[in-house]
Amino acid sequence: MRLGLMIDVDNCVGCHACAVACKSWNTSGTTGPLTDYMPHGEEPSGVWFNRIRHYEVGSYPDDNTVNLPMSCFHCKDADCVTVCPTGASWKREEDGIVLVDQDKCMGCNLCAWACPYGARELDRASGTMKKCTLCVDRIYDEALPPEERLPACVIVCPTHARLFGDYDDPDSEVSRRSRERNGYVMLPELGYEPTNQYLPPRSRPAIPIDELQARRQGPSTLPERLRRWVNRAIAR
Amino acid sequence: MSAFREVPAFAGDLPSFEDHDNQEVRHTTCYMCACRCGIRVTLEDGHIRFIQGTPGHPVNDGVICAKGSAGAMKQESPARLRNPLRRRPGSERGAGEFEEISWDEALDTLTRRLRRIRAEDPKKFAYFTGRDQMQALTGLFAMQFGTINFAAHGGFCSVNMAAAGAYTVGQTFWEFADPDFDRTRYFLLWGVAEDHASNPIKLGIDKVKRRGAKFVYINPVRTGYGAIADQWVPIRPGSDGMLALSMIHVLLARGLIDEEYLVRYTNAPHLVIDAPGDPDHGLMAAAGDIPEGWREGHPLVWDLEKEGFVDGYGAGIKPALVGEYELPDGRRAKTVMRLVLEKYLDERFAPAQAAEICGVPADTIETLALEMAHVAFHQTIEVPCEWTDWAGRHHDSFKGRPVSMHAMRGISAHSNGFDTCRAIHLLQTLLGTLDVPGGHRAKPSYPKRIPPSNKPAREMAPDTPLDANPLGYPLGPEHLCIDDNGQPTRIDKAYSWDAPLAAHGLIQNVITNAVNGDPYSIDTLLVFMANLSWNSSMDSEGVMNRLQERDADGEYKLPFLVVVDAFDSEMVQFADLVLPDTTYLERYDALSLLDRPPSEPDAIVDSVRVPVLEPDRNVRPWQDVMVDLAARLGFPAFVDEAGEPKYRDYKDFIVNYEKAPGIGFLAGWRGRDGGTPLKGEPNPDQWARYAENECYFRWELPLSMQFYKFANKEYLDLAKEMKFIRDCEEPVSLHLYSQVMQRFRLAGEGVYDGPRPADAADAERLASCFDPLPDWHEPLEHARVDPDEFPFRAVTQRPMMQYHSWDSQNPWLRQILSHNDLYMNRARGEALGLADGDWVWLESHHARVRARLRLMEGTQPDTVWTWNAIAKRPGTWGLAADAPEARDGFLMNHLISERLPTPDGGRMYANADPVTGQAAWYDLRVRVRKVDADETGAWPLPAAAAGLPGEPGPPGRLRYHTHRAVNLRRSFLDTLLRKKT
Repeated sequence: MRLGLMIDVDNCVGCHACAVACKSWNTSGTTGPLTDYMPHGEEPSGVWFNRIRHYEVGSYPDDNTVNLPMSCFHCKDADCVTVCPTGASWKREEDGIVLVDQDKCMGCNLCAWACPYGARELDRASGTMKKCTLCVDRIYDEALPPEERLPACVIVCPTHARLFGDYDDPDSEVSRRSRERNGYVMLPELGYEPTNQYLPPRSRPAIPIDELQARRQGPSTLPERLRRWVNRAIAR
Repeated sequence: MSAFREVPAFAGDLPSFEDHDNQEVRHTTCYMCACRCGIRVTLEDGHIRFIQGTPGHPVNDGVICAKGSAGAMKQESPARLRNPLRRRPGSERGAGEFEEISWDEALDTLTRRLRRIRAEDPKKFAYFTGRDQMQALTGLFAMQFGTINFAAHGGFCSVNMAAAGAYTVGQTFWEFADPDFDRTRYFLLWGVAEDHASNPIKLGIDKVKRRGAKFVYINPVRTGYGAIADQWVPIRPGSDGMLALSMIHVLLARGLIDEEYLVRYTNAPHLVIDAPGDPDHGLMAAAGDIPEGWREGHPLVWDLEKEGFVDGYGAGIKPALVGEYELPDGRRAKTVMRLVLEKYLDERFAPAQAAEICGVPADTIETLALEMAHVAFHQTIEVPCEWTDWAGRHHDSFKGRPVSMHAMRGISAHSNGFDTCRAIHLLQTLLGTLDVPGGHRAKPSYPKRIPPSNKPAREMAPDTPLDANPLGYPLGPEHLCIDDNGQPTRIDKAYSWDAPLAAHGLIQNVITNAVNGDPYSIDTLLVFMANLSWNSSMDSEGVMNRLQERDADGEYKLPFLVVVDAFDSEMVQFADLVLPDTTYLERYDALSLLDRPPSEPDAIVDSVRVPVLEPDRNVRPWQDVMVDLAARLGFPAFVDEAGEPKYRDYKDFIVNYEKAPGIGFLAGWRGRDGGTPLKGEPNPDQWARYAENECYFRWELPLSMQFYKFANKEYLDLAKEMKFIRDCEEPVSLHLYSQVMQRFRLAGEGVYDGPRPADAADAERLASCFDPLPDWHEPLEHARVDPDEFPFRAVTQRPMMQYHSWDSQNPWLRQILSHNDLYMNRARGEALGLADGDWVWLESHHARVRARLRLMEGTQPDTVWTWNAIAKRPGTWGLAADAPEARDGFLMNHLISERLPTPDGGRMYANADPVTGQAAWYDLRVRVRKVDADETGAWPLPAAAAGLPGEPGPPGRLRYHTHRAVNLRRSFLDTLLRKKT
């Protein structure tokens, strides 16, 4: 089993709902609290597992805005695990989730250096590294109704731009959508084999207007245009 | 839940992460913004473990936005008010020197003052509220007090949308109608600040995208939803009305309109008197006498078969849609549709002309119009269902033209916004898309009669309730709130010649008018949840100064200011008396059909809030306090014959108050046993029934009632029974043409048979800005400043994670955005010699601010913009004085004048839409220039406010959690083996 997220960039409006829901769930989650520094102060910052980047592509007026949520990709070949000197970072055999054992982590930051995606954050209060757990404390919680055993970010997404599933299962929704919509991974050339995928923009709908365009009437005076109007008997 | 959400089957050997026995799940309704989403709150030890959307809720169906998820932080805010406060006697107003007092003392003080005002001159009490969504109660309070000086925040927000809809199609956007996202094939989103309906519109856009329907984004700025639009149409702010009218031109030139729809459901075939100079020129020719009491008469039409005039409301008649006829009295009359053709076929509205104004290529305008026509007329849909029309005729399906639109403040906040919104409604109507499958569908209690039948209250007497709500819909100059000299009788000048159709009042002018004694002085202003000394005013600095102005005797010109709020806002700082409210998680609320309905197009919906947390401060919900005050003041609706309170508290009031027999604030579980939905006796157990049902009531309309509600007999019968529609025998006929507007124009032209303005400037405004058919005029500020001197149009928008939010102090949300820069098109900026990151002066005709410039691609080149309401006054909202909100942000409001630029000796007018009084804050024109070498940083930086008594300083660190984390340990063996996968 290889669990991961799928983000439909063609549906993402950059609203940060997923990021805040993640923060809200995980601050009381398995690696919580997620410390906030100067929460009401000069430079508010804190530990987040999921951050949204906003980019512009192209030049006006043919530019586009791209919103890109990024969290841990739970790579198949995760260097953050390889480099960990204490063995705190690990990738679960059962489902491929990359986790940090908070009891073993010494906060040395090597994993953060190794991760090219910026997925790891140091909690300066606990002195440990933290990252997306795929809500391991939700997805297997049998006390939750089955439809809620999902990462918090997926539950809340108001445009349903986020999916969760098993990429090893060819019949899963994420695998199926990946095939249909040409799902891609971030920076595949680095060789880490990220699990999470993104879906690119769909093709734009085309609406035929040639026939209506042809109805264009040549220049004429207003009285002529009005005269051309023929009343039809329509019963009210 | 959608099918694509899957649950992994394999758990492995995991600890128990959550102590569910120690957790409790409660439901209520969100109030992090105004959407009214259902929320499911998991509590643990009296704290919030998690907030999520309520699955299946009619508004948000389980999803939730960033604001909603950040609700836990609201409870942690150091800015929460803790006790009633009194400005320390002898201290300066605005100095922030307060002392804590008891609730008894606070309410005794207020009651004494209000009792005296009510007995002497009730208009000396003004009551204005922010985004409360409880106007049914606040309005009742004002009515019972007997003051017409009441309104909510619509004058500053989006009254143009509400009023344009009310006078045109009986519904409008957001709370009153929604795109049919389940069926639409073409969706146009007009204007910046589109996130008014946060989760509903996001859910809708997902449906649009998944169905492969086209999504067009008309907006000077490409952010937010623009990222996923199929087409971005960068447009100059304030020109959307011309774009809509030009699209109409394209459609009319090709005959691409829904003639059947227009004949059956609109006033298109009605005859309009064509007798220039006559007092009834441009008014509807009437079939028979016009009834007494200002009811509109029946219209006259020409029947093609009978070849004669008939009553336009008759069933089965065959009206001429386009024509010109001689009336029995010998005068000429034209059909509305004929006037529509004459007006919009004019070359003034041709795409080539519109392109010059809008900055949108003519080809684009034509293509968009034709695409809509293609979808409307060649992708027509049918929903099979037997239904009965207003005349009792049966039909076996609903025809749908699947073109839909959404618009909000970007359209509204201009001085031409009323007409722009009307132009959009006209476009929708000509295409036959209103309340049809795939189109724009009304939410019950909408549609209303056009306009609704209630008129603004005008008469006041001591110790006497008003005979009507202060807010209503004039049908003509007869209904204005003016005295015998034509002067305004309301403090905000609503319903005067300045703003005749000010359906939501003009909150933005209250303080300045009261301080200037223009039109008169008042004694007490009570403001609930409105930040009038900061981001909910134009000229914020001027407003702050005016609040401190004293008369010759040393008394404040605004003698007494009461502020009701839950947080230490900029406004609280200026209060003489502060009444601390609870947060939304600590109180009862009814989101009522008597107010802006929480309904969906296919269901009657209302909802409630119930407390999920106990307040840990000496605060009271303002609703409870109002019910208490109403009884102390002896309002007839709140006391019995013996003068004793009728209601224990707000909760009791909501259950037992009946507006009409069987109709109360909540429609769910009525009747003694709760068995009667919608209408029935009060149910003492009603709150409990709501709580059991996740705090909402949903009564699905049978499919046969869901469309064409304005002409659907089954629905109209229900609507009349529920008093959604009153004083209306006929079906609701959509108004392409407004004779209300024509009455004001006639008054301006001096020929109206009724009140006329004495002032020539008023007359000129009425004659030029009141058009029975929507027109486009240049935004008023644009016309009064030199475009070469002020080349840019400046607008603002709220970021999604803070839209409509009361919580810039929220630690999670402010980590996403805590300061605001000025954004400009990159090529335009570079051409001006400006670079990304430069500090610039941003100057209007009124004032200037210093801001940091950012260059970006997705901005229309003649536009600059920023995020609104991020900047804060230092020391407010529980933020550190050096917080980025106070140090690095700027408030565009400083640049916006309350008055239009006025030539010497000219008549002063509010910077507002001349029809509705809507604050025209998006009309702003500015110039941008690089700062001098020695200048840097944001400016102005107002003096820091003092902290309130008992207000804790900002914590250095926050480690919010509700239980000790259960760590997932890596096994020793796994560590030894160093397994990577």
